[in-house]
Amino acid sequence: MRGVLKLIAKPFTDTVGLARWMLVIGVVLTAVFVVCAIFAPWLAPYGFAQSSVDGARFPKVGAPSGTHWFGTDRLFFDVFSRVVWGARTAILVVVLSILFCVVIGVPLGLVSGYFGGWPDRILVLVMDAIFAFPSFLLAIVFSFLLTGIIGGSVIAVALSLTAIYIPQYFRVVRNTTVSAKEATYVEAARAIGATDGVVMRRYLFGNVVQSVPVLATLNAADAILTLAGLGFLGLGIQSTDAAEWGHDLNRALADAGSGVWWTGLYPGLAIVLLVTGLTLVGEGLNETLNPTLRRRRLLPVVLPARTTTSEEVR
Amino acid sequence: MELRDESDAHSTEPVISARDVRVWYGTTRGAIRAVDGVSFDLAPGETLGLVGESGCGKSTLGRGLIGLLPEGAKRDGEVVFNGKDVLSMTPKEAYRLRGRELGMIFQEPLTRLNPLMRISEHFEETITQHEPDLGKEEVRRRGLEALRLMGIPPTRYKSYPHEFSGGMRQRLMIALALVLRPAFVVADEPTTALDVLVEAQIVRILNDLRKNFNTSLLLITHNVGIVAEACDRVAVMYAGRIVEQGRVEDVFRNPQHPYTRELLRSTISLDTTGLDFIPGAPPDLVDPPDGCRFHPRCPDAMQVCATKNPIDVERAGGGRVECWLRGPEAEIPAGGTQPLKQEELAVADEA
Amino acid sequence: MSRSGSGSLPRYILQRVLLVIPMIWVILTLVFVVLRVAPGDPVSAALGGKLNADALEQRRQALGFNRPLIEQYWEYLSAVMRLDFGTTFSDNQPVLHVVRDKGGATLSLTLAAFAIALVVGIPLGLLAGRYRDSVADVLIRFFGILSYAAPIFFIGFLLQVYVAQPLGLPTSGMASPITVFTVEPKTHILLIDVFFSGDGTAITDVLKHLLLPAATLGLLICGVFIRLVRVNILQTMQSDYVEAAEARGISPSKVTRKHAFRNALVPVITVVGLQFALLLGGAVLTESTFNWPGLGNELVKYINDRDYGAVQGIITIFAVAVVLISLLVDIVNALVDPRVRY
Repeated sequence: MRGVLKLIAKPFTDTVGLARWMLVIGVVLTAVFVVCAIFAPWLAPYGFAQSSVDGARFPKVGAPSGTHWFGTDRLFFDVFSRVVWGARTAILVVVLSILFCVVIGVPLGLVSGYFGGWPDRILVLVMDAIFAFPSFLLAIVFSFLLTGIIGGSVIAVALSLTAIYIPQYFRVVRNTTVSAKEATYVEAARAIGATDGVVMRRYLFGNVVQSVPVLATLNAADAILTLAGLGFLGLGIQSTDAAEWGHDLNRALADAGSGVWWTGLYPGLAIVLLVTGLTLVGEGLNETLNPTLRRRRLLPVVLPARTTTSEEVR
Repeated sequence: MELRDESDAHSTEPVISARDVRVWYGTTRGAIRAVDGVSFDLAPGETLGLVGESGCGKSTLGRGLIGLLPEGAKRDGEVVFNGKDVLSMTPKEAYRLRGRELGMIFQEPLTRLNPLMRISEHFEETITQHEPDLGKEEVRRRGLEALRLMGIPPTRYKSYPHEFSGGMRQRLMIALALVLRPAFVVADEPTTALDVLVEAQIVRILNDLRKNFNTSLLLITHNVGIVAEACDRVAVMYAGRIVEQGRVEDVFRNPQHPYTRELLRSTISLDTTGLDFIPGAPPDLVDPPDGCRFHPRCPDAMQVCATKNPIDVERAGGGRVECWLRGPEAEIPAGGTQPLKQEELAVADEA
Repeated sequence: MSRSGSGSLPRYILQRVLLVIPMIWVILTLVFVVLRVAPGDPVSAALGGKLNADALEQRRQALGFNRPLIEQYWEYLSAVMRLDFGTTFSDNQPVLHVVRDKGGATLSLTLAAFAIALVVGIPLGLLAGRYRDSVADVLIRFFGILSYAAPIFFIGFLLQVYVAQPLGLPTSGMASPITVFTVEPKTHILLIDVFFSGDGTAITDVLKHLLLPAATLGLLICGVFIRLVRVNILQTMQSDYVEAAEARGISPSKVTRKHAFRNALVPVITVVGLQFALLLGGAVLTESTFNWPGLGNELVKYINDRDYGAVQGIITIFAVAVVLISLLVDIVNALVDPRVRY
């Protein structure tokens, strides 16, 4: 247990000054939204599609007040509640999509890199092709498709995101596998009779999976933006299915001309803060794990004054 | 190879004179005392071999003299070069010296050249940095001349670094370091990354340096054989201190310090019948042992060795040595010459 | 003995060009497969409410949707080879015409934003890396992260609410209707055509409309460049050849400039080139936010209409454009970095 705690603490203890602050701020920001996501039903005063309480209708595009801290929008929804519920949508979609990515992409990359040959080359070509394509366009295309099949649900959007990001996991894992499998310890393992499965599971996996956390975190940040982008275009989740920050901003834009700021400011800030938090964590981890970028906390050197006698025992 | 005798070395002023140089690194644990009080002189045209195990501080000493230390490192002491103390110079004065009067040859030649620049650009950059008034033709001539001396054909002058093999790149590095004819050059393990045949070529080049340019060379290496071939004098380093220095033939035939003796014994040659090694490991330089730093591994250790630092004395045959076995007797307290208990050696072994 | 590098440059270019062909083929196949995965048929999805059953069937026949999938695939590939990207379902226009009419707008916005991002981002990245952990570095990195995290539609929103009115800058459209009407479409790129026309008011009008969208997009993109350049600088400054240059007494400013900066920027070229391709993708959001009449906006309209033909055509063009851009980037990279040619 102590070992695990030490491992978690490593990014914090090893970094100096700014890198550590970045990491701390990032973790705090992310944690706030995760808490909102988990405890949404308790934290949000109203439902995300609730337009009245006890029969009394909420004001339309009402300014922030005591009962509606962030005001209301043109659909009579409470903005604060939608921001909180939006956290749940965002975190849910992103976690799902990354889960799918890791569950599919990592083993695929491992197996493909290990066995090589034609299947590997084809996969690499396909993955590179997907990777080269502008991710947002791809997201649009996939949601265009999936909403035709599944409808604009959380799963559909999560799958669209998975489709875009899988190549990154595949590539990273495959490339690391390809270079790791030539290592002498792998050769030694095979020499003592380890089967392919064992080699992959016990020797390569741990090594290869090191770059995944940073990738996943930075991916999560990008996924939030993509999700919001899809929502803004009206291609993702609809207002009544769940709260989604991007979609709310779409509606807010229409009201911006008349000086209504609260319908857009809060969802927008939520996006910025969550993405910033995730990026800080990802970059902070990167600085920790990448030795060339790391700046160690060096104790200052003090050269003691000299004594010329040999009596002194240093 | 011309033999230069003792009188020759003393008749001229030393090119570089180090006195009690210390270089300590900052780490997360505390200060590493990589170089902890080193003194030596180097005469013009002389090659001093600096040998020792990995981690004894020889590389640090070389870098400390040139001034290429990492962040958090501090140095003090005195290094007099051409009448000026290098260690107390301003950064600007220091880098004016580098390349022009002080040169450095690094260990890994493969990564020491800028992959985007042609070899010719490397030379032009170095020459014009220190002699900005030189015309283009003259600069080119000097660069080509440097290549010629290293046995590299002039047709390769405009090539890129990756078009050369490791051995050739090391020769290019040497050419670059010498193009301005510096008086003092530090060569930090110049052949370690190269195969044996190339190593021989490089050693021959370094040998010729003395003949052709009267360059003083500090040759840092862990390979005792190279020292025997290419150096006039040798300094043996252990745990941040020079424990013995003197003329190569003398020190190798008649080592006065136990460490030198053990080091030579563990060298393999055609006469080797059994493998010898020095038990134990070099000490932790953050907290070196009390007294003589070699005492935990020394087969001839005495009581005094564990408590008092040995004093630097003149050795038989010339040069210096610091070991209680060689005196001065007057400083050894009563009973100090008794052998050190065996169990202390065993403890050191486990470390 | 090898001759100096440039001899193998044509060979490298040939290699890369040959590689492009299978790449394009793979992408086209992917586009085809992905778009066909949708159940039901595209024709009724797009036109179901507008035409009766017979007309729908006729359409289907005409567009070849009743033929076996393999035939359709082959038809698609050969059409693309002839530069025929299909026609839209909703208004029966060749997709190529749509791209010609609207593409100029997207291109001018993208290029303007790109230029701003480069001019701002690269120097800031160099600065941040060179003076690591200084106040400038911290601020620049902070800006870099924020600019990445803020979606363009959020910034567009803020601009509309707080900035546009007081500054009198338009936040919608590419030009006022008068300008569009009076400028002669020679290249179909309004930004260029308006300069040809020489009309001062028209030029100012177009530039005023371009300012906010391009600056916003550009500043948001430059975060990526900043971070990339900074990381590269940090790595090059620690490299062995930089130390060797210092050992030869090259002045610190020269070492920074000639060795660290130059070498740090080389990998940036590749990423910058690829970013341009990504910008095309991001154009969709920008055009939507600022009501910019470009290809991205059109694409969104077609998607909402479920116009399969248009979507397939536009995506195909984008895909091919991206591959060609990355080819160009690779060639530029080979010109700059001699190691790549081998």
